[in-house]
Order: sequence, then C-alpha cells, then structure tokens
Amino acid sequence: MGKENRKALFILIICLGIFPFFIRSDYYLSIMIFVGINAIIVMGLSLLMGYAGQISLGHAAFFGIGAYCSGVLTVKLGFSIFTAFFCGIFLSIVMAMTIAIPTLKLKGHYLAVATLGFGEIIYVIFNELLEITGGPSGLSGIPSIHFFGYAFKGGWRYFYLVWTVAILLLIFSLNIIHSRIGRALRAVHGSEVAAQAMGVNVSQLKIQVFVLSAIYASVAGTLYAHFVTFISPSTFSLFVSILLLMMVVIGGGGSIWGALLGAGILTILPESLRAFRDFDILVYGVILMTILLFMPEGIFKGLILSVIWMRKKW
Amino acid sequence: MDEEKMVMPQPILETSRLRKIFGGLMAIVDLNFKVMPGQIKAIIGPNGAGKTTLFNIITGILPPTGGTIRFKGGEINGEKPHRIAQKGISRTFQTVELFGNMTVLENVMVGRHVQTKVGLIQSGLRLPGVKKEEKFVLETAQEKLDILGLTRRANEPASGIPLGEQKLLEIARALATDPQLLLLDEPAGGLNETEILKIGEIIRKIRGSGITVLLVEHHMDLVMNISDEIVVLNYGEKVAEGTPEEVKGDEKVIDAYLGVEIRYA
Repeated sequence: MGKENRKALFILIICLGIFPFFIRSDYYLSIMIFVGINAIIVMGLSLLMGYAGQISLGHAAFFGIGAYCSGVLTVKLGFSIFTAFFCGIFLSIVMAMTIAIPTLKLKGHYLAVATLGFGEIIYVIFNELLEITGGPSGLSGIPSIHFFGYAFKGGWRYFYLVWTVAILLLIFSLNIIHSRIGRALRAVHGSEVAAQAMGVNVSQLKIQVFVLSAIYASVAGTLYAHFVTFISPSTFSLFVSILLLMMVVIGGGGSIWGALLGAGILTILPESLRAFRDFDILVYGVILMTILLFMPEGIFKGLILSVIWMRKKW
Repeated sequence: MDEEKMVMPQPILETSRLRKIFGGLMAIVDLNFKVMPGQIKAIIGPNGAGKTTLFNIITGILPPTGGTIRFKGGEINGEKPHRIAQKGISRTFQTVELFGNMTVLENVMVGRHVQTKVGLIQSGLRLPGVKKEEKFVLETAQEKLDILGLTRRANEPASGIPLGEQKLLEIARALATDPQLLLLDEPAGGLNETEILKIGEIIRKIRGSGITVLLVEHHMDLVMNISDEIVVLNYGEKVAEGTPEEVKGDEKVIDAYLGVEIRYA
C-alpha cells in the first residue's frame, strides 16, 4: 500500500491507541466513537464517489438496515449479536445488488436517483412498521456487545472496538486502492471508454464497489445500534445521507485519508460549535463554505498543497 | 486429408456485409475486408468516411446494424468492449483517452488488467498471490514503457506530458494487454515529421514482435511506407483495396480524395 500510507497508518494507530489514556471523559470518548462509526461509512462512500465516480444519496438507509437488523433481531427475536450483524450485512448486500444491477449498467447519475428513492422507502418502512421497528418513537433496549464473556461496555472499551473495526476496514480499503482493482477504478474515473478497451468490466466493477460501500455502512449501523442502545428513524433520514456525502466532499474525494478527515471534522464541528448557541448553524455554514471556497478539492488535498507551498516559501 | 490445413492461413479479422446506420446516415455500407495475421493494414479515406466508426464497431463500443465481424474465426459482433479486449484486440484513440489522473506508469499498469485476475476481496485482504501478481504487473509495464522510450516519464502524471509522448503512451498501454491485433486510430495525428518517422519505426517493431496492426491514418507518407495492404473507404463504402502501389494508381481513390468533376447529362 505504499510507504507513506504505512507511515500514516502507524501514526494513526498510535494516536488512537493512547487517546483513551489521556482523555477519560465519556463525552469526548463517545464523540470519537461517533467519528469512528461515521468514518467507516464515509470510507465506503469515498471508494464509491472518489474512485468509482458514483453518487449515493441513500447510504443512511444501509446504515439503518445494519442498525435495525441488529436492534430488531436481538431485542425482538433473541438472535445473537453476531447472527444479527451478519443478517444486516446480508440484507444490505441483497438491497444494494437490487439497486445497482439495473442502474449501474446505465451511464450517468442514475444511481443517485435510485438511491434517493431507496433511502426514502427504507425511511418510511422504519417509521411505519410499528410492531417491528417501534415506529417514530424508536426501538430501545438493544444489548451492548459482548463476546466470549467480555462486555464492551464503558467508553474506552467501545472506543477500541469501533476503531479496530475502522482501522481494519481502512487497511482493506487502502489495499484495494493500491491493487489491480483500485487502478481499474481510477481508470474508469479517468476515461470509461479507455478503461473498457483495456478489458475492465466497468459495470461489474461499479456494482462491486457499491455493494462494498453498503456493507461498510451496515457494519457501522450495527456498531451504532449496540453503542447507543436506542435507535429511531430520524438517524437514518435523507439529511444523514447528505451529511455523509458532505463528509466525503469536505475531506476530499479520491482519498481514503480525506474520508477519515471529513468524518472527523463534520462529526466534531457541530459539537464544538455549541458555544455559539442559536448561531451554531450559521457558523457551521460559514466554515463549510470557506473550506469549499479555498480548498475545492477537500481539506486533505488542501493541507498537502499548503505544506508544499510552505516548504517552498521557507 | 490434410487439404484443409493446406489452404491459406485464416484471417485474424474478417468483416462480412458489415453495416452501421446512424438515423438516416449510412456510416458503413456492406463492408467486407480481411486482415491476415502479421500484416500491417491501413484504412484510409476522407474525413467522415467511417474509419473511426469501424474501429468503434470492432472494439464493441458501437453495435453494428448488420453483418458480422470474425476474430480468429469466432464472431465478436455485439460483444461488450471488455470481452473483446480479453479476446486479444486492443486499441488507441484518435483523441487521446489517457487516464489523466494517473501516472504514466499506472496508465500502462491498467493495460495489464486483462492479463491478471485478483478480485476485490483478494486485493482487500492481500491474500497470497496478490503481491506476486503486482510485481508481475509492475515489471511488464516497465518493459512496455521501455520499448516506447517513456521510462524517464514513468512517475509523471499522464496529463502533463507532451502530446507526442501521450500518443506513445496510448500505444504502450494498448501493448500492455498483450494483444494479437492492435488497432491504431491516427497514431501520427498532431505529431511533427521526426515524431512520425519514429512512430513508423515503432509500428514496424510491433509487427516484428508478432502483433497484427490495423491502423487508420491520414499521413500518406507514413501509410505508404509501412503498410502491406490498404483499404480505402469513402462514405462508408470500400472503394479500393490492395498494396500501396495498387491503391496509389486507382482512379476511384483519386476521385475520393480530390473529388470528381461534375458532369451534366
């Protein structure tokens, strides 16, 4: 995966590893857990958008499928956490294939439209299937994760669990990017005709990446459900899908590190703007606009460019 | 008993009654032609004669309206572009279609796609075999860059190198698929005379390595110099076919290029 990536990965693991030793507050730990959960979804989306060049407006729905599968199956049907987790993944794969196979054979942004509709349908299902999902008032009492008698309760334990999963998926993503498949993906982004002429099965590749990104979102959903132990449909609305897209854009599409950065910034920012009280939305908007105005390719690329610029200057 | 084997070698590419209609426009009209293995064959003709359309049909980007295309004896019309690439036909594009977001070396590495097979999950998990294949891809890609003299550009972004080298890079990338038939769409377009001489040498070298070459080209000196046979198209129809000498003297060819005097009845 390249020397620089390995170095960055090493630094990231060290930083995350020692984080709970310095920050003991449950509040900060839980924010970092949400960063990790969002990062998992955004990494998948970044593969889809930044590399395969496709937009999904329905990833909150896959996040929701993961969360509700875990929630409903463990609470109402007494499934084990593991079984419920895999059921969520399986359902997400089936759903993603159903959407992707017809739409990704077409050129253009049909996937965006199809996922928009899909997201709304799933949102309505979460709201209306009162007996199963609990409807708008939500589903509570989801057990926390425990395996082999070890309970992942308490901030720091869950922090390590979420970030272990996130790091594993990060490594998986980096491996893909620096492989034959990753090159093919970037080729499709560069010139679809030329990629086909080189023997790349473009529609199959796009379908695979879309399904993979749905799996990422579903995994994040399970982690979310077992952490907050209460889920309601509003967490999986269109607004959340758009927020996830924003994370990719702000961080910078075309880079998995950008995805991590975007997830981090847009998860932490609203929390740190509480001091502005009623004006927080205003400040939030101004910050986002400034970032996109001065770093149209995202923060990650912007930071790299400014480091290069500074080195030249001094 | 061996009579069948004694007959002429099988053509590597053969079209019969190939036809393409765009709305009311006949782009290709009942075209029959053959390319024999090891040949350099050129397709010439005025603008709009259907040359690039023909390439797009052979490589599966456009479906033909009628007729058949056979590659090594098997029909390939209607196949998807990536399937045709897998069968052993590679191409370059008239207007450069490089992966501008990737380096020169990476562009050629994409060309190795058909010769390799690790999938999404295998590469994600770095299963054994991935590393070996990656090494193979890198080495063979570097070889192709070397053949076309692009090694010193290897790590530059493809969109940043001069047009002449971009054209060469397209050829390197196409060669990386290890094709049996290489289609070159105006390889000399936009190049200066020295670069054109160099392209001619390269095309000969490619044929020398056992690859059949079919090219579309406007630069007559180059075409007459390197081709074994030439097909002349005009308004989608074949007006002449033969060796460079035969084609040069053909009246219909002169008409197609210079126009016919209009005679009033």
